Amino acid sequence: MAERNQLTLHLEAFVDVTRSPTEQAESLKALAFSLDNDFLSLDQLVREMEMYLTTTDNVVRARGILLLAEILNCLKAKPLDNAVVHTLLEFFTQKLEDWRTVRGALVGCLALLTRKDTVGMVTAIDAQAVGKSFVENVSVQSLARHDRKLAFELLECLLQQYSGAIMTLGTILVYATCEAIDGEKDPQCLLVAFHIIELLAQLFPSSSGPVASNASDLFDVIGCYFPLHFTHKKDDEAGVNREDLSGGLLLAFSSTPFFEPYAIPLLLEKLSSSLPVAKVDSLKCLEDCAIKYGVSRMKKHYGRLWPAIKDAFFSSTGTHLSFSLESLTSPGIERDEIHSEAVNLLQRLLKQDISFLSFVVDDIDINTVIDTISRHSQYKEMPDTNKLEVLVISQILSVSAKASVQSCNIIFETFFFRLMNSLGISEKTTTGIHVHDENSTVSIRLYHGGLYLCIALLSASKDHILGFEECSSPPGCLQESWCSLVRSFSVSLIRVFTSAVCSSNDCVEDVYLGVKGLLTMGTFSGDASPVSRSEFEKILMTLTSFITAKSGKTILWELALKALVCIGSFINRYHEHDKAMSYMNIVVENLVSLACSSHCGLPYPMILEATSEVCSTGPKYVEKLVQGFEEALCSSLSEFYVNGNFKSIENCSQLLECFTNKLLPRVAEIDGLDKILVHFALSMWNQIETSGVGCDFYGREFVEAAMATMRQVVGIALVDSQNIIIQKAYNVISSSKLPAMESIPLTLVALEGLQRDLSTRDQLILSLFASVIIAASPSASIPDVKSLTHLFLVSLLKGYIPAAQALGSMVNKLGSGSGGTIVSSDCSFEEVCDIIFHTAFASGKKISSDGSGGILCGSETNLSQLCLGLCGSLDLQTRAITGVAWIGKGLLMRGDKRVNETTLVLLECLKSTNCPTKVLHPAAMKHAADAFFIIMSDSEVCLNRKLHAVIRPLYKQRFFSMTVPILESLIKNSQSPLSRTMFLVALAHVISNVPVAVILDNTKKLHPMILEGLSVLSHDSVDKETLYSLLLVLSGTLTDIKGLESASDNAHIIIECLVKLTSYPHLMVVRETAVQCLVALLELPHGRIYPFRREVLQAVAKALDDPKRRVRQEAIRCRQAWASITSTSTLSEVEFRD
Amino acid sequence: MVSGLINENPIVYQKQERRARPQSSNTDELSAEAIDQLEIFDILFLLHFLCFFLTVTEPNCKHFKQVFFGDAIIKLLGSEIWFQSKQLDIPHIKDPEHPYSLEELKVLTEDSVEVDDDKSYVRVTFTPTVEHCSMVAIIGLCIRVKLMRSLPDRYKVDIRIAPGTHATEDAVNKQLNDKERVAAALESPNLVEMVDECLLPSFE
Repeated sequence: MAERNQLTLHLEAFVDVTRSPTEQAESLKALAFSLDNDFLSLDQLVREMEMYLTTTDNVVRARGILLLAEILNCLKAKPLDNAVVHTLLEFFTQKLEDWRTVRGALVGCLALLTRKDTVGMVTAIDAQAVGKSFVENVSVQSLARHDRKLAFELLECLLQQYSGAIMTLGTILVYATCEAIDGEKDPQCLLVAFHIIELLAQLFPSSSGPVASNASDLFDVIGCYFPLHFTHKKDDEAGVNREDLSGGLLLAFSSTPFFEPYAIPLLLEKLSSSLPVAKVDSLKCLEDCAIKYGVSRMKKHYGRLWPAIKDAFFSSTGTHLSFSLESLTSPGIERDEIHSEAVNLLQRLLKQDISFLSFVVDDIDINTVIDTISRHSQYKEMPDTNKLEVLVISQILSVSAKASVQSCNIIFETFFFRLMNSLGISEKTTTGIHVHDENSTVSIRLYHGGLYLCIALLSASKDHILGFEECSSPPGCLQESWCSLVRSFSVSLIRVFTSAVCSSNDCVEDVYLGVKGLLTMGTFSGDASPVSRSEFEKILMTLTSFITAKSGKTILWELALKALVCIGSFINRYHEHDKAMSYMNIVVENLVSLACSSHCGLPYPMILEATSEVCSTGPKYVEKLVQGFEEALCSSLSEFYVNGNFKSIENCSQLLECFTNKLLPRVAEIDGLDKILVHFALSMWNQIETSGVGCDFYGREFVEAAMATMRQVVGIALVDSQNIIIQKAYNVISSSKLPAMESIPLTLVALEGLQRDLSTRDQLILSLFASVIIAASPSASIPDVKSLTHLFLVSLLKGYIPAAQALGSMVNKLGSGSGGTIVSSDCSFEEVCDIIFHTAFASGKKISSDGSGGILCGSETNLSQLCLGLCGSLDLQTRAITGVAWIGKGLLMRGDKRVNETTLVLLECLKSTNCPTKVLHPAAMKHAADAFFIIMSDSEVCLNRKLHAVIRPLYKQRFFSMTVPILESLIKNSQSPLSRTMFLVALAHVISNVPVAVILDNTKKLHPMILEGLSVLSHDSVDKETLYSLLLVLSGTLTDIKGLESASDNAHIIIECLVKLTSYPHLMVVRETAVQCLVALLELPHGRIYPFRREVLQAVAKALDDPKRRVRQEAIRCRQAWASITSTSTLSEVEFRD
Repeated sequence: MVSGLINENPIVYQKQERRARPQSSNTDELSAEAIDQLEIFDILFLLHFLCFFLTVTEPNCKHFKQVFFGDAIIKLLGSEIWFQSKQLDIPHIKDPEHPYSLEELKVLTEDSVEVDDDKSYVRVTFTPTVEHCSMVAIIGLCIRVKLMRSLPDRYKVDIRIAPGTHATEDAVNKQLNDKERVAAALESPNLVEMVDECLLPSFE
């Protein structure tokens, strides 16, 4: 009984219109749930509901029926007996007659009709009955919006799933559909309605069917929606947008050929409208219709279609033709949607029916243009209308030529010959003897329009060859007439294009068209190409000669280079072996040999650019180029050794730079070039080895370029190859004077004296060797580690930074090679560290190298003590500090504990005490502070991923959490202002290199220190970069919620500091960022910032007069933002001062 | 009173392509970049007026008159110094949907800005869309306020209507450059609100 009561309550709730919608939805859900789980049978429910379903109270009846329908909607997946389904559907069908309950009836029918057949489906006869009742009783347009949508969905469902049953309704169905859709305006309903038309058309395809006989009426109903005008906002709740709707309409239009007599005239009319959307839609729709309606029906309209398409081309083409470098490989004209749709339509029509081409061929405009193409010789001279005509017609012709081989043939037969004649280009005579000899080509007058047309046609025809290649019937196209036409003219064409360039007198159009023509002729692919091998080679030779001509960097040079690069990548893409060979022989070898010879008219950088660009188009060429470069480098270097020619050492640095920056990245992508790379590196070493001691001058540039190259080469090479290079380098180094340094007694005196001992050659060898070590992978084997460590240690104390970096790399990688192999057999990581940190530098002598810093030292010192300046000169101390920084970086990255010691040493260096035995020079302190930058920042030259560094995750975070607490307490307790400053600088380096997330966790603690750092750093212009990166950290904290909380506590000092920085004179970005930070502060609670308003506004008013524009622009924004935190009263306060 | 109310599209000119500024001077920290014509124009670039055009026939004159209208002006009808066409039947306006910037309406162009950074002087000449445009004073006021908020204190700002383009040219010029009257105008909360509304997008 309780259940029964529950049921009644739910029923009452749903039927009662005064209840809230959520309440009703809940009772519906409850009912559906109990039915679904068989707590309640459908039979019981219907019995219980009887009163609601049959009452004469219209509202209650409607609600009751709707409830039943909704319940069924929820039970779509529940198996029901066929008889039950039948009875229910009969009930709903009957209720369609009752307009008051139509909503429920529609929902119910829809719920039953969309059931899957496994769970009890509606029979065809029942469906037919629904259809009949719907057609006879439901007047869709008089219903509300949602009901209309349901009605359309019901019709859609019937047409889709019960098409066989509903077909028998025939003409009535079509009438009813027309009536239902007529005047519909709701986008969601329309979307369904368009689909209904489509389904209807599919249902009655026969020419005697009801759709065929009522096509006019049906089309009237949908035709009025074209072109679709849609004003709804973008985010309509149902997500219907213009694209969906117009797509649906297009499908409806093209759904049946019977619409043809009505649709095509309408579309053509709309195509002539000035509305771009209408044009695009019409063109799209016409293309669709052309496919669906078929050739025979479309034929009637050709006469009107052609002018319309031509107009579309004219209206969508601009007269601006680009002659720039970029447009060499692109169409060079701007295109819009209308244009691309017009292209599609024209192509579709031509593909479908070749007879449409006769309109193109016989077109008066096109013929006039072709006949009068030689009226203007210069592109510049042409009036705009003429330009437009030529551009449009070249597009129409090239689209037509692209459409099919057949149309290509016709186009070429009709126009190409005439074009050639009007350009004065002669055919190759059958005997093979040309009318003109090589020199007389210049006499041909050039007509830009003609050349342009000609190139357009040629590039259009190119596609057909590619098509042939794909379907693997290469001889096919040789028989095609277009191909033979091109072949017969190819020699003359190439000659004309060449002469266009040669006789150009720096006229950009001439050069551009000439090169583009050559490029087009050069990229006909395959064996079936109308351009023979010898002609192709001629093109390559011509283009190469443009590059090697001694004319400097002109537009011609750039265009020719681009063309060659295009041809190169074209050959590579289509794997044309013969052409690749020609390319190699003519272009690559020519240019590479040019790079090798130092005597040539072109500036060396240009040769390098051309060579590297051309050669990166194929792996073979890259290989060739690496060898070429190697040869060039060797010859230049030996030239330098023999003749002391400084020019050639300059060339060497440029060559190495080009090699490193352009070629090596490409080499890294290609497999199997490892050997030649090793060879390259080895011959670099050989050259240096054989170089005499006499020639002692290498420019800094050369040394740097050589180091960069060596690093990259070793970095790219495989481990085995690395070993070979390391061995070679080691041999060179042991045959030089450098090993002598190892045996130098490690006394301070000896170290001081060393400066004079090293020749520049030895320095070069040392730097290169350091580069090899820096780039070597952890698994590479390094011989004789002990003495090398000594060597590097000594040279770092002499001030060779690369040596310090090499040491850093060594401690970073040593013993951590993959596979657990002990790589360095003679020395372990521990030993190396021992050497570095505990080597005693014997001393005991009074050092007074410059007379001033005479310090008496104990008997033995080590590296840490050197850092602290306990003995040795200031120079020695700063070098030691820098060295320790690099070594510390290496240790930190691999996660070794010894980094703690080094950090402590560095921190010690920052402290200055009053103790007389330990005096720290400010310069040394500065170096120590900057050492933190070395440790924390990412370096380009060493210890990065490319150079195989061992990098433990989160090493920066670890360093941060290790050093910041120490620095914090040091800062708190520091007495002397100098060391306080230095601590702050060090801290600035640490926190500005750590990820922002880490900072955000500690903002409360860090804010005061950041602010003090900012004010300390702003005193001196030397620290401007550090200041900037610290300011960026601050701005990072201000854009985060956590950071803002802490900023709120420190608001007054933050604002004070930022206000000061808005007038920081040394760096524009600092001022700009400071102003931006001020804007960010507005996020703070009003009460916190309001007191500073006047102060900020004054500062920003000054920033409005900043010398730099970007600061002024930020200031305008900032001022507005700050002024607006108060009400309008500010306006009168600040605005009126004049 | 208002016999016809036709919502007509104003002539909207295509925006000229913005002149790109060469980036070269950015590398030198010490070189100063003087405030120039383009910069002033950039400041004024985004001045928007939510405007709609009404074509109105007034009872006593037969010819049509186009009225340039601001959205906020409806609140402003009481302030007769700045807006005289009180007689318009405002509730009839249905479609205030044309937010155009002054540039698009060719009220302002880059060439209409004269600036001398050394003498701290700027003059902006603007061209009302129609001779009877009742918004000139508001437009002028917006330009003035925007420049005053965006330029350093040392600048003297001079706002003018292009000669021969407006019926009450002299009067409006006087009004716009009289600081007492401008100050008085900005005392009015309604006016300030409206000016702020016009300026708002230009600060983004």
